Amino acid sequence: MIPTVLRPAALLSGFGRLGALTLDALTDLGRMGFFLFWSLVGLFRLPFRFREVLKQLCFIGSGSLGVIFFTSLSTGMVLGLQGYNALNRFGADGMLGTVVALSLIMELGPTLTAIMVAGRAGSAMCAELGIMRISEQIDALDCMAIDPFRYLISPKFLAMILSMPLLTAVFDVVGIFGGYIVGVDMMGANGGAFMAGMAQNVTNADIRMGFIKSLCFGLLVAWICTGRGFFVHLIRGMGFGAESVSRATTQAVVYSSITVLVFDYLLTAVLL
Amino acid sequence: MTTVAEQDVAVRFSAVSKWFGRDEKRHQVLNNASFAVPAGKTTVIAGGSGQGKSVTLKLILGLLKPDAGQVLVFGQDVARLGFNALRELRMQFGVLFQGSALFDSLNVFENIALPLRERTKLQEDEIRAKVEATLDQLELKGHEEKYPAQLSGGMKKRVGLARALQLEPRLVLFDEPTTGLDPVMTREIYELFDATQKRLGYTALIVSHDVPQVFALADQIVLINRGELDSFTDAGEIVHSGKAAIREFARTVMGPGFTGKGA
Ligand SMILES: Nc1ncnc2c1ncn2[C@@H]1O[C@H](COP(=O)(O)OP(=O)(O)O)[C@@H](O)[C@H]1O
Ligand SMILES: [Mg+2]
Repeated sequence: MIPTVLRPAALLSGFGRLGALTLDALTDLGRMGFFLFWSLVGLFRLPFRFREVLKQLCFIGSGSLGVIFFTSLSTGMVLGLQGYNALNRFGADGMLGTVVALSLIMELGPTLTAIMVAGRAGSAMCAELGIMRISEQIDALDCMAIDPFRYLISPKFLAMILSMPLLTAVFDVVGIFGGYIVGVDMMGANGGAFMAGMAQNVTNADIRMGFIKSLCFGLLVAWICTGRGFFVHLIRGMGFGAESVSRATTQAVVYSSITVLVFDYLLTAVLL
Repeated sequence: MTTVAEQDVAVRFSAVSKWFGRDEKRHQVLNNASFAVPAGKTTVIAGGSGQGKSVTLKLILGLLKPDAGQVLVFGQDVARLGFNALRELRMQFGVLFQGSALFDSLNVFENIALPLRERTKLQEDEIRAKVEATLDQLELKGHEEKYPAQLSGGMKKRVGLARALQLEPRLVLFDEPTTGLDPVMTREIYELFDATQKRLGYTALIVSHDVPQVFALADQIVLINRGELDSFTDAGEIVHSGKAAIREFARTVMGPGFTGKGA
């Protein structure tokens, strides 16, 4: 007796399904590419929506400060604690400042900021666009000959790309501060060595790497989160109405977090 | 069937078919449908719920593409237009969606002012004057500051209408403009249509269920039934149609006493 999954008909329909899935994924990717292109073109189309960009900056940037503050403070504190513990074993606790600062500036700052912003602001952008799509507001824009990319998407892109490096900078500074409090004030590492080591070993190239990463992550998060919401009606197997919006929002956060981590590796490999 | 010279036709459907769904879930909405909307006239689309009235409008707007046949708007095949050409064409439209499709994040005033702000170079005080005149006309005074979520269905429709008429369109497409309005308001809306249509001379395509009233307004009536479209010039023609299905449909929609006279 051949198991059901290995019978020719079942095998064929399995291949068929795989093929259909692949085609859907490729179509989706193509759509997202088209979306990215028009969103970037929309940045240069007139009239420029200055007030909308300010509003989005306020929402994405200053609105995320609280989240970023607590995430970075605790991350820095853990780094201070773990770093002190590990370095102390080799009597190298003078290196604590360097270790904390480099891990924050090159890795943890850009990635964690991007993931937190995707969860806080990206999800909201996706849900807003998804609701606009299913209630025909985006179709209405199209029919009024108002470019939805210039009007809706590009301001979000710009605000996200501008906010991400600034939030990352806040993350880095607060994180280093957290590391200092725990490492120096609580565990008793040498404060002078912490600062001097940091000043001596962190180079401009390291800071540039963190900066480039945060710019790229800003673009990725904006792209994935707005794109999922914009195409909520075209993504296969997402259900309809409110359900499709909720699923697209989940997808937006999951996809952007994963993409940020994958790109983090790729960018590190290229930039190092 | 009316025959009209091509330059007098605003919209032409030739042998249009439209399906939804894949494989066994496939569902045909339009079957080889043909009709023409004469320019500068009012055409009313009537038909039961779910027969494809909104789909017909969306085909004209280029939001949906036909699976067979052609939809010509001002002589251009909508499905084949590029991004920019489609925008050029849509500049001439005034559209009211069935669900109004107002922008949630803008209040009533901003919703109506949006096309003026985005598509014209008018100064803010000119925009204010224009919008306020429309608000007056549609009895929306005092609701300027409200957001769509705070409006009733009928108010949303009126805001949607106001928004659609701001830019003096060449072709208006209204999907159930009076659903949710009381009879008095309904009559006023039709009077408004009549007056603005005479003033602006646009082509109007209106989906409506207010079957006796709209006949006073309509130069042509298009009935949609089971994927087929039939055009008539007046109600009497419907009642005396050669197709039994149409006569049957007319009886059920318009009531048994309907004769087509005095409508
Ligand atoms: N996007 C869509 N996907 C699948 N089916 C649709 C879609 N839009 C409309 N339909 C189907 O097409 C038919 C006609 O719909 P519609 O034009 O909205 O009806 P109405 O005449 O009431 O406006 C309905 O059976 C509806 O289920
Ligand atoms: Mg409808």
